[in-house]
Amino acid sequence: MKSKSRSSAESADQSSIKAGAQIIVDMLIEQGVDTMFGYTGGVVLPLFDRLYDAPIRFINPRHEQGGCHMADAYARASGKVGVMVATSGPGACNLVTGLATAMMDSVPLVALTGQVRTELIGNDAFQEADTTGITRPVTKYNCIVKDVKDLARIIKEAFYIASTGRPGPVLVDIPVDVEVTKCSTDGPVEMELPGYRLRPKGNARQISLAAQAINKSDQPVLYVGGGIIIANASDELRQLAKKAHLPVTMTLLGLGSFDQRKPESLDMLGMHGSAYANYAVQQCDLLIAVGARFDDRVTGKLTTFAPKAKIIHIDIDPASISKNVHVDIPVVGDAKEILGELIKEVEFRERKKWFDKIAEWKKKYPFRYDNTSSKIKPQYVIEEICRQTKNDAIVTTGVGQNQMWAAQFYKFTRPRQLLSSGGLGTMGYGLPAAIGAQVAKPESIVIDIDGDHSFNMTMTELATAVEHNLPIKVCILNNGYMGMVRQWQELFYNKRYSKTYLANPDYAAVARAMGAAGETVDKKDDVPKVIKSMLTEKKPCVIDFRVEREENVWPMVPAGKSIDEMSGLDILESMA
Amino acid sequence: MKHIISALVENKPGVLAHVAGMFAARAFNIDSLVVGRTEDPQLSRMTIVVVGDDKVVEQVRKQLAKIVPVVKVQDFVGQPIVARDLMLITISAPPEKRPEIMSLIEMFRGKVVDIAQKSLAVEISGPEAKIEAFINACKPYGIKNVARTGTIAIPRQAKTEP
Repeated sequence: MKSKSRSSAESADQSSIKAGAQIIVDMLIEQGVDTMFGYTGGVVLPLFDRLYDAPIRFINPRHEQGGCHMADAYARASGKVGVMVATSGPGACNLVTGLATAMMDSVPLVALTGQVRTELIGNDAFQEADTTGITRPVTKYNCIVKDVKDLARIIKEAFYIASTGRPGPVLVDIPVDVEVTKCSTDGPVEMELPGYRLRPKGNARQISLAAQAINKSDQPVLYVGGGIIIANASDELRQLAKKAHLPVTMTLLGLGSFDQRKPESLDMLGMHGSAYANYAVQQCDLLIAVGARFDDRVTGKLTTFAPKAKIIHIDIDPASISKNVHVDIPVVGDAKEILGELIKEVEFRERKKWFDKIAEWKKKYPFRYDNTSSKIKPQYVIEEICRQTKNDAIVTTGVGQNQMWAAQFYKFTRPRQLLSSGGLGTMGYGLPAAIGAQVAKPESIVIDIDGDHSFNMTMTELATAVEHNLPIKVCILNNGYMGMVRQWQELFYNKRYSKTYLANPDYAAVARAMGAAGETVDKKDDVPKVIKSMLTEKKPCVIDFRVEREENVWPMVPAGKSIDEMSGLDILESMA
Repeated sequence: MKHIISALVENKPGVLAHVAGMFAARAFNIDSLVVGRTEDPQLSRMTIVVVGDDKVVEQVRKQLAKIVPVVKVQDFVGQPIVARDLMLITISAPPEKRPEIMSLIEMFRGKVVDIAQKSLAVEISGPEAKIEAFINACKPYGIKNVARTGTIAIPRQAKTEP
């Protein structure tokens, strides 16, 4: 987001003496905010009074966590900064999960929280919590505003920090007396951030070294993450893969950065990634990581990860480089800029042997499931959704099996299409994320592919979708279990299904009671037509797919194993 | 290996908590941490002694630099520096032992800063090893109290103009 200094002349039509609450609203508008999420409360009354007739669309969640996920998904879907407001104490505490989710996945978010009056801080006042203390580890930056004179500057800084470099959530805590105190707003608002410097341009020598390594490589793999999407570098990625002729594998958050229908796509890698991606990474002689952070779900056993490869790592965050895996050619900077430079220096190479090998793995081990079963297979539901939406829906997910199947069986084609809690793995993200995405993209079809237990966590937000008439589609892959944990219990705990079963409500009835459409599907033959009618439904709707209860996600790299030591390949092969 | 890391930080509330929290959250061990004002009222200097291998200390340095109010981070390892600890120590000192204790203090170039009937308080500064040696030398007399600052350091400047 561009932040321009405001001169007093530009706001000459308004009085230059303003209360803090008005300064906040004016700064939000100046930062280009036209939509925000929030939940009111005692100490944010002055701010909400100013929001009453402000030209900002306001979405009121039913719980602050939901609101924070909505703002997060709004940001992921639109590329803009998401804004969430909450009151002090419990309101601020309820943001923690949402902030941590955004922090792990580098989502630009500005959270504004009310705080008790300055002179009461530290006195255990009603609805007081040490908000900056509680949220410090889950924000990129946070601070409390003790003087109204600092307010405009701090809000401007918050947007700048949230949206630049490696983005992340920023929280500004504002005591209620600061909201009502008046102050002059003459003069430009200048940021004071001596410790915050950006390094978007990559070092030219490092880029040349990377290009030389690519040109020399016989068996390269591009391994890309969410950083490509954040940097809006999908075009450059496509050009690089084409010009240098490179296969591309993506992390969960990277899905959508490269069209999965292309033959160069190796789809997702890692714990539940494709066998062909994992084999390619383990056998490659050059791994080109861009905007990815070598997460443990990607690398499996670190000491045997990509054992033959020289590693190039392009990332905006120097602390991500050589954190988990030793990097041979680090390039710090913005993915879009660096890839743009890299394209100029790489050469096309056929690499026929390498691509033949990959094609062989792809043919032998595609993502598969047993579709001869008379029961509804969760993978089938997702394949059918993908087919009917022509690979073009925005998909949000819960966390667990539903998320992994969505990643395996929906083939994404463009960035900002899959919104999922990758790093933190926050169950309950799917529904509020669908709401935030639909608010950002009213013309898109937004589908939450959810699990029953993930949905249970935030289903109260259905009321928000109904209130705002958002035609989101919630597809619950209902197996009655906390499926991924059950899978681990099956494989590693002798099928002792300890506390992974919870009694569920009738979701279709719940949906109808909340004013949404609801349907239950328990026959496989009904799946296509229910999805078809779901796609034309104007109301928010919930489809409860009663799927095979003990279906597993394959392949799977067991904890502590190398990523080419996958379980379930025999099962996949037997389905061929 | 011990590394002395020097961080220039904005003089704002919450910065120490942020730095200390980052160390705890990422399981880095702090040997000592000293914060003090600098010649610029907007900035403070944190001198942090960390023990770890090169990979760990590199992460410490990068994670510190990532904290928004941290302005500059330097790892002094391999550089010529002056590093000092300051200690205040109260030693049991009955009158009959005083002469030998006094000569010990003199040998270490310490300074008596308080005298009571049965004890002496001493101020002593120097490299960490010297402080440790003084503590060991005082042990036979009985140590009543120790307060130490932890290490502070500055790089040595070039002795001749380039």
